Amino acid sequence: MKDLDLGTLISVFQEMMGPLFWLLLLVAIGGLVAFGFVFLREGKLEGARLIRSEIIGVIGGFVALAIMAWVTESGFTDAGGPVDWLLIGVIWGIGLVGVTVLAYAIQGVMTIRRS
Amino acid sequence: MSKLTPSRHSSSEKGSGGLNRRDLFKATAAGAVLASVPLAQKESQATPVKTSAHIVIAGAGAAGLSVASRLAERFDGAKITIIDARKAHYYQPGYTLVAAGLKSKGYVTSTTKDYLPSNIDLIEQAVQEFDPEGNSVTTASGQKIKYDYLVVATGMILDYAAIEGMDTDRIGQDGLGSVYHSPEKAEATWQAMSRFADEGGQGLFLRPATEMKCAGAPLKYTFITDDYLRRRGTRKKTELVYAAHNKTLFSVPIVNEKVRMLYLERDIKIIPDRVMTGIDLSRKVGVFSTPEGQEEIPYDFVNVIPPMRAPNPVRYSPLAWQTGAFAHDGWMEVDKKTLRHERFDNIWAVGDIAGVPKGKTAASVKWQVPVAVDQIVATVDGKTSDSFYNGYTSCPLITQLGRAMLVEFDYQNNLVPSFPGVIAPLEELWITWVMKTMALKPTYLSMLRGQA
Ligand SMILES: Cc1cc2nc3c(=O)[nH]c(=O)nc-3n(C[C@H](O)[C@H](O)[C@H](O)COP(=O)(O)OP(=O)(O)OC[C@H]3O[C@@H](n4cnc5c(N)ncnc54)[C@H](O)[C@@H]3O)c2cc1C
Repeated sequence: MKDLDLGTLISVFQEMMGPLFWLLLLVAIGGLVAFGFVFLREGKLEGARLIRSEIIGVIGGFVALAIMAWVTESGFTDAGGPVDWLLIGVIWGIGLVGVTVLAYAIQGVMTIRRS
Repeated sequence: MSKLTPSRHSSSEKGSGGLNRRDLFKATAAGAVLASVPLAQKESQATPVKTSAHIVIAGAGAAGLSVASRLAERFDGAKITIIDARKAHYYQPGYTLVAAGLKSKGYVTSTTKDYLPSNIDLIEQAVQEFDPEGNSVTTASGQKIKYDYLVVATGMILDYAAIEGMDTDRIGQDGLGSVYHSPEKAEATWQAMSRFADEGGQGLFLRPATEMKCAGAPLKYTFITDDYLRRRGTRKKTELVYAAHNKTLFSVPIVNEKVRMLYLERDIKIIPDRVMTGIDLSRKVGVFSTPEGQEEIPYDFVNVIPPMRAPNPVRYSPLAWQTGAFAHDGWMEVDKKTLRHERFDNIWAVGDIAGVPKGKTAASVKWQVPVAVDQIVATVDGKTSDSFYNGYTSCPLITQLGRAMLVEFDYQNNLVPSFPGVIAPLEELWITWVMKTMALKPTYLSMLRGQA
């Protein structure tokens, strides 16, 4: 295995998803920026909102797994070794963290706009 | 959670560019998956070499297009011409998924022009004659094209005519399958195999005795058929027979052993030293040569894989090996490390046409192209290159729907895993299946554009 550079990765992702790749990147960056904005503005993590977001996030993790199963026409019942369970964990984790951050940011922005 | 329904063909399964639900969803786990794609080395990003040389590339398939894209970046002022009569581009590694009923033929079909850099001339004709002494090629219409450097990337031909009684028009009917033929026939093969999986009977699988592209593909398709039979409850009334062309299933001993054990476990009967020479489509029997003479093997479903050879213009030209194992089928006589012709030092072969001991896969193309391009650029620049091809080949060997083994090896039959300790080479894993179904095609297309 030789070097795997960023240009290659971007190219492969673009082939995989087309323009959607950039859209998702924007959503991810937008979500993080909004989260940072809400956090700085409020000066703390809002407990009740965080728990609500985490609950939505957990669902997000499972949705991520369901999506993977659909796209690859297979699923976690096909796991054959430790690395498969790791992959399943990573997919679930990405879904969880991504959706939690987004949900927290959206709720935060809505609260700030209302006040 | 595995849910494989027979016809999950969706129009959304086309290449890049389209914004559809499926694409959206792919994003979710793409990061995790992509970290697992074997990516070849990138050539040194040096400043382009100034030259007025004319470089001709014969063949615009996986290898020809990848070479064209990279050469276009590495030269300043060069004239690059690529010659191929075929307007369509086929992502052949996807044929197996089409014949498994998981993808439609649209998944593997695109056009050559989609991948061609703008500063390259395309001549939509076949090369009919190679004249390496005169430094020219002649196309089917008689157009003579002179070159300073030549890259031959014509791939191979499937010699169906060598199988007596074979009629490719009948693929898809009466239990006749042939995954290799084309996207259309891969789809027709799926229909025949699916009917067989409903009814059971005798399934016959084989490979030719010649060199072949993706030697894992015949084995994969046997595994896939076995899995469908089990899922549809017909495996018990079915006999699966694999007719091996010699005493092995795969040329790499350690992989051979693993597949042999898996076949034993799945109750797939191996009969060695059988080479298909004919087929009787109405009686549904395959005719095989064996050390004891001719033998007939009946089938209810068969996956015919014909002998593979160099296209005639190469095979009957001075470019071909003149002696040795590669001479009969006309593979090009190149140095196995530099891919440069042994007798004509301004000619290279890349991809399936190269007469080298390993590597008739798209994965090999990915590793060969940067080497050949480095060698060509260095030669044009009056230098030498220390970029060499080690025989790297890889094959995601599907062992059931949802699992595959990532088999990677080199000229010496060494396993060369890209992720040692993480993705075990001889283990049936979901992650390898995920790679095959999600990441390989985008990586392949990036390769065509010279970006992977
Ligand atoms: C069923 C199947 C499964 C496969 N599975 C895998 C896999 O899992 N992994 C993997 O890595 N690889 C796989 N492969 C192999 C892979 O597709 C090939 O190795 C790869 O396409 C080789 O690239 P190439 O450019 O040499 O040949 P090709 O891609 O076949 O292109 C050759 C081109 O040359 C052109 N040509 C032919 N003759 C002439 C002429 N006289 N003049 C001008 N042009 C000419 C043809 O029209 C064609 O466009 C599979 C192949 C098949 C068929």
